[in-house]
Amino acid sequence: MPDARVVAIARQCRVQIIRMLTHAGSGHPGGSLSVIDILTALYFGRLRYDAKRPDWPDRDRVVLSKGHAVPALYAVMARAGYFHESELVTLRKLGSRLQGHPDRTALPGIEAATGSLGQGLSISLGMALGLKLRAAPARVYCILGDGEIQEGQVWEAAMSAPKLGRPDHPLDNLCVILDYNKIQLDNFVAKIMDLEPVVAKWQAFGWPVLEIDGHDTDQIGKALDAAEATRGTPTFIVAHTVKGKGVSFMENDPEWHGKAPKPAEAIRAIREILGVGEAAWGDYLKTDPATRAIVDELAALEKK
Amino acid sequence: MAAKASRVAFGETLLELGARDERIVTLDADLSKSTMTAKFAKTYPARAFNLGIAESNMIGIGAGLALTGRIPFVCSFACFVVGRFETIRISVAYTNANVKIVGTHSGIAIGEDGYSQMGIEDIACIRALPNIPVIQPADELETKQVIAYAVEHAGPLYLRLTRQSLDPVCPADYRFQLGRWLVLRPGHDVTLLGTGGPLSNCLEAAKLLEADGISAEVINAACIKPLDEELLLGSAGKTGHVVTVEDHAIHGGLGGAVAETLSEVMPIEVRRLGVQGFGESGDPKGLYAKHGLDPAGIATSVRKFLNR
Repeated sequence: MPDARVVAIARQCRVQIIRMLTHAGSGHPGGSLSVIDILTALYFGRLRYDAKRPDWPDRDRVVLSKGHAVPALYAVMARAGYFHESELVTLRKLGSRLQGHPDRTALPGIEAATGSLGQGLSISLGMALGLKLRAAPARVYCILGDGEIQEGQVWEAAMSAPKLGRPDHPLDNLCVILDYNKIQLDNFVAKIMDLEPVVAKWQAFGWPVLEIDGHDTDQIGKALDAAEATRGTPTFIVAHTVKGKGVSFMENDPEWHGKAPKPAEAIRAIREILGVGEAAWGDYLKTDPATRAIVDELAALEKK
Repeated sequence: MAAKASRVAFGETLLELGARDERIVTLDADLSKSTMTAKFAKTYPARAFNLGIAESNMIGIGAGLALTGRIPFVCSFACFVVGRFETIRISVAYTNANVKIVGTHSGIAIGEDGYSQMGIEDIACIRALPNIPVIQPADELETKQVIAYAVEHAGPLYLRLTRQSLDPVCPADYRFQLGRWLVLRPGHDVTLLGTGGPLSNCLEAAKLLEADGISAEVINAACIKPLDEELLLGSAGKTGHVVTVEDHAIHGGLGGAVAETLSEVMPIEVRRLGVQGFGESGDPKGLYAKHGLDPAGIATSVRKFLNR
C-alpha cells in the first residue's frame, strides 16, 4: 500500500516545484518532478535528521548528484523545516541561498555542491567511508541522473565502491538511486548515448541492483529496506521514472528538461498535480486557500 | 640539513603527524611510491586508500571524507591531480571541503619522463579558485612546517612538491606563516622572487650578479596564494625591478600573480622567468639551462633587464 502521507507531501512538493520555477523564470522541471517521490520517501519516513541541527554528525546524508533537480530538494527541505516555504520563491534570484544548483556553503542541509554532473557518487563514497571509519550509524543516499552516468567519473566510483573500505569498513551504509527518467537535455537518453543494459553494467561492477517504479512509494520503501538490510556492499537502485511526472504536457517531453513554465502553464500544471478538472477548479480553490494563494501569486506574475 | 626532495619530506612528516592525529588519511591513485605516502599506508593501512588510476574519484572521495571529519591528503603528480580541475572546482573548492591536495613532480625538473608527466600549469589553475591557498615549500624544513600548517588550516589547500632534491635555504629558526615570504638574501638593485625548484639557483645567480656589482634581493615566495603583498611592495619599491623565477609556465604562475598585483598597486617593470611552451624529455639541469632557470640564465636575464 502506498503511504498516503508521503503521497500527499509529494503532491504538495510538486506544486512548490512548479511555483518556484515559475517565479524564477528558469530551471529544470522535468527532472525535479521525476525525482520528487524518491526524495519525499527519503525525507518523510526514512532519513534520520534534525532540520534544526543540519550539522549533526550522525545525520543521514542525501547527495543529490543530479543537482539541476535541486528545486525538488528545496521543496522537500522547506517542508522538513530547514527553512520557511516563503523562501522558495527566491530560487535563482540574486542573493538567494537557493542557488540554481546546490551550494553547500549557502544553505545548511545541502551536503555537497553538485550539478557539475558525475561528481556526487565519489563524494558519497567518501562520506560513507568517513562515517564507517568512526563507526557512525548514519547512512548515505546518493541520487544520480540517467544522463549523468554517461560521465566517466561515475564509473571510476562504480568500480571502487564495492571494494572501498573492505574488509573492515565496507560501504553497506551507502545506497545509490538512479532516477531513470530516460530523457536528458538534448533528447531521449537512448538516442544520445544509451545506457542499456544499465542493470547488468552495475552488477558487473559488483553492485547488488534492485529495479523499482520510482513513483511508487511502496516500492521505494521496500527497496530502501532491502538496501538497509544488505551487509558488506553498497546497494544500487534503478528507479524507473517519468520525466515531468504529474503534469501531462511535461511528461516524457525533452523540451521540459530545462524550461520554466509560464504562469498560465504553471496554474494548469498545479491543477493537474492536484487532480482537479478544469470545470471544478474555481470551486476547488475556494476550499484550498494555500493553493489559492499560490495561484493568485502566479496569476499576478502573468500581469507583470 | 642535507638536500631533500619536498615529496620525501612530505612523506616523512605525514608519518609523524599521522601517529598523533587519527583524522589524517591519505588517498592515492597508484603513485603512492612516488608521492611518498607508501610508508604512511604501510604504517596506517586503515587510513590509506589507493583508488587505482582514477584521480577524479580520488578527489571526490577525499571531499566526502573531509565532510565527515577526516583530513584527507589527496596525492598524485601535480599534472594528474590538478588535471581533474572540474572535480577540484566543485567537489573541493565550491563545496569548501577540507581537502589537502598534494601535487608532486611539479615542473620540468622531473626531466626524462617528458611533458605529459610535468605539472607546469597547476598553479595557474588552482590560483583561479577563490578559496584554495597555493603553497610551494622551498626545502625540507619548510616542507615539514607547511604540512603541519596544512593539517591545522581549516579548508582546502594546494601543496606543490618536487621530485628532485632541494637545497636547504631556510634558517633553522624559520617559521612558516600563510601569506608571509622570507628574504633569503638582502639586496637593493633587483628583487629575485623564487619559488620551489629554481630557488637555490636564484641564490647562485645573486652571487654571479654580485661579482658584476649588482645587488640582488632573493626572496623565497613559498606562498603563491596569498602573496606577501607587504614584502613584495617593500622590496619592489626599494629595487624598482622585480624578476620572478619558477618551474611553471610563465602564464598564470607566481609571475602572473606578482604582475597582477604590481600593475595595480605599483606599476613597475617585471620579468617573468619560467617555462615557455611545452616541456620535453631531457636531463633536469639541461632543461633548466634551456629555459633560463639555471644560475647563469637567471643572471643573464637580470643583467639584460637592468641594461648592465
